[in-house]
Amino acid sequence: MRRELSRRTFLQTGAAVGGGLLLGFTLPPLSPLSPLPPRVRNDGPFAPNAFIRIDRDGRVTLIMHKVEMGQGTYTSMPMLLAEELEVELSQVRLEHAPPNDALYAEPLFGVQETGGSTSVRGNWEPLRRAGAGARALLVAAAAQTWNVDTSSCHATGGVVIHGPTGRTLAYGALVDRAATLSLPGDVPLKHPKDWKLIGTPAKRLDSPDKVNGKAQYGIDVRLPGLKVATVAVCPVFGGKLASVDDSRAKAIPGVHQVVRLADAVAVVAEHMWAAQQGVAALDIRWDEGPNAQLTTADIVRQLDAASQKPGVVARKDGDVAQAMAGAARKIEAIYQVPFLAHATMEPVNCTVHVRPDGCDLWVGTQVPTFAQTAAAKVTGLPKDSVLVHNHLLGGGFGRRLEVDFIVRAVEIAKQVAGPVKVVWTREADIQHDMYRPYYYDRIAAGLDERGTPIAWSHRVTGSSIMARVTSELFPKTLRVMRAAGWHQLVAMVKGLDVDAVEGAAEPPYALPNIRVEYVRQEPPSIPTAFWRGVGPTHNIFVVESFIDELAAATQHDPFQYRRALLDQSPRAKGVLELAALQAGWGRALAPGSGRGISLLHAFGSYIAQVAEVSVSKQGDVRVGRVVCAVDCGTIVNPDTVKAQMESGIIFGISAALWGEITLKNGRVEQHNFNDYRVLRLPEAPVIEVHLVQSTAAPGGVGEPGTSAVMPAVANAIFAATGKRIRKLPVKDQLRPA
Amino acid sequence: MVTLKINGTAHTVDVPTDMPLLWVLRDVIGLTGTKFGCGMALCGACTVHLDGRPVRSCVTPVAAATAKQITTIEAIGETPGGRKAQQAWLDLDVVQCGYCQSGQIMSAAALLATKPHPTDADIDAALGGNICRCGTYPRIRAAIKHAAGD
Repeated sequence: MRRELSRRTFLQTGAAVGGGLLLGFTLPPLSPLSPLPPRVRNDGPFAPNAFIRIDRDGRVTLIMHKVEMGQGTYTSMPMLLAEELEVELSQVRLEHAPPNDALYAEPLFGVQETGGSTSVRGNWEPLRRAGAGARALLVAAAAQTWNVDTSSCHATGGVVIHGPTGRTLAYGALVDRAATLSLPGDVPLKHPKDWKLIGTPAKRLDSPDKVNGKAQYGIDVRLPGLKVATVAVCPVFGGKLASVDDSRAKAIPGVHQVVRLADAVAVVAEHMWAAQQGVAALDIRWDEGPNAQLTTADIVRQLDAASQKPGVVARKDGDVAQAMAGAARKIEAIYQVPFLAHATMEPVNCTVHVRPDGCDLWVGTQVPTFAQTAAAKVTGLPKDSVLVHNHLLGGGFGRRLEVDFIVRAVEIAKQVAGPVKVVWTREADIQHDMYRPYYYDRIAAGLDERGTPIAWSHRVTGSSIMARVTSELFPKTLRVMRAAGWHQLVAMVKGLDVDAVEGAAEPPYALPNIRVEYVRQEPPSIPTAFWRGVGPTHNIFVVESFIDELAAATQHDPFQYRRALLDQSPRAKGVLELAALQAGWGRALAPGSGRGISLLHAFGSYIAQVAEVSVSKQGDVRVGRVVCAVDCGTIVNPDTVKAQMESGIIFGISAALWGEITLKNGRVEQHNFNDYRVLRLPEAPVIEVHLVQSTAAPGGVGEPGTSAVMPAVANAIFAATGKRIRKLPVKDQLRPA
Repeated sequence: MVTLKINGTAHTVDVPTDMPLLWVLRDVIGLTGTKFGCGMALCGACTVHLDGRPVRSCVTPVAAATAKQITTIEAIGETPGGRKAQQAWLDLDVVQCGYCQSGQIMSAAALLATKPHPTDADIDAALGGNICRCGTYPRIRAAIKHAAGD
């Protein structure tokens, strides 16, 4: 293999095993916060962290370091590559990358992870550079074959053409020669006006297998001798297994084995039905531990108490105390958002085969290297002996960023001879999720005589997901530090959770005196985790509801009030105006109906939404229409952006109206889709998405739609009823007394 | 022993008669296109056809399916309604994670077979039992109308 290093992208080429061209490239950290530039290393083995393979038949394979969970990354990543490589999108084949942080780390995180709306943002440049480099090699190989000047040749549709004579050579015929050539030093990327794929609504590559039942998710794994298990977990968080009588369970036909864990019992059977019947037949006594009486109200009391103390400063501009003292008017409020389950359509599951010399995992995961590390820890095997066979994800939303269910499956599999598929029932999936934290926010503003905010104070209180994740990431510290940047790390050491305040610390509005704080308060034994939209999903609801309160309190139109504070943020102002225009802001609505607006700047994107709701006499809310304006910079696939907005909006409406995990006697009170209600087709609004054309760097689109819709709905409810929603979900808050 | 006629082929399986058809299809016969979502007929991911009518296989005991023609997502493309639905799903790029889409398409295919030009109310009634967490509902509605040529 030979190595060529350019400033931004490291590429190396060589012959693939069995013939063909193999091209490796790294994804350098692109975080603007990172003070550590990618280092050019000339010593030791060079390890690229993504691979393109071009076979002699011309087929291009991209080893995908990102997983597909619905967000369209299996289409947008190949589009970036194919654009510069000059091949048809249909020529690109995908393979799941094996777990390897050194090779496949997400540049924005430092670990191999799909999440945080980062795929296009992190890979936008490296994937195009890789495609351009490979194309340059193939063109050079053709020129050499014909003994002509490289500049007289060009590539298109997987073929190199010699302009003057019209001779052609397909990529497949060139790969062996290309593999012996050196990469040209700096291959320029195409000018946006020459793009053929980027910016087009290319069809999803994963659609055909998803409409005929062929798509394989983790839960679909079939192996010789495979057994199926399901689990009963201690219903109280922090409780343990005291004893279990499994005699009735073992008598059920098809039940093979009962496995005891510290806080759970699993029944291993021929099929899921026998396993479920086996679990139902277990006579279990739990040692419920210290949380046996815990209720949601206890947790809220703890949050309220914690929120009265000062927190770690996340943002401090000007002098809030002085400005507040001089304000003509002061408005303050408390906002609360609940614990939420992810409820992916595919219940969590993991198939494991533990042998004395190795372990295989078949699973759909957003974090394959964490899965590998976790399995190695549970089995005591070296990491290299743990193989992760990643699959399509039947929904992620943050749930499959966690490895709790993988750990549990490996613990069970350690006691089982042969492979075992551990499948959670829907009830277990909801009652033993890792939840979006309950957040308790105190927010206040001081206004001048005209109603303009001159002081802004926001204190976020809640669990720190980042603190847990960072400690779990400890072995990968150096790479993670490099991705996060010192600024964030110093803040984290001081106790700031940068995720918990994202969307609160930097509102797009002109706020001359602003102080944002974070208070960490962990709920007892309740595991918390990221949920679609992460920090902004909670904070945008609070900030955008509160700014609406300020507008209402000072008799301003909520759209005009926001607009007047956006002179320093033209992109934010642009989407706000576009959404208002397209929604017909100001036009009359039927009685009992209302329109609400929201604005978001997060994940590198700007989004404004206008929701229209109607509220029945019984207090039921129907969201009839959502208009969404998006400026996510350069758009790779406009249809994907639209689909992600539709998706995020519907996901967010479910949570805003009904989503809530509550506790009583230490147990989750919700069970299944009957009491963890989600939006259904007849309840879905009309959604209109308007895209802003831009040449700015691409922003993320998987999550912000969810974050923006919750305040838009809450503000529309206020417009319809005069009732301010300061606590989610809306649920029965509008019922007549 | 229970004999089932699935997608035109007879399968004889040794399972209890009260075992839900879903688990017979997935864990015994190996037709994994039919999905497990809730186990209580709340989400529709497990929808299959018995003699052309949509049922939730997670609550359908295998005994109730023995005398019927069972059609799953793997073979729905061989029916006119199924073929139209699948093509419309591709034309409009409906899918996202795709996990619920087997059930969505089975419900849509049954609807199109009985009502070639369904109204919005027909679509609400036929698809209201199929949950999608990715929020593909607007495209599902549009795809059914597209399949109907409306």
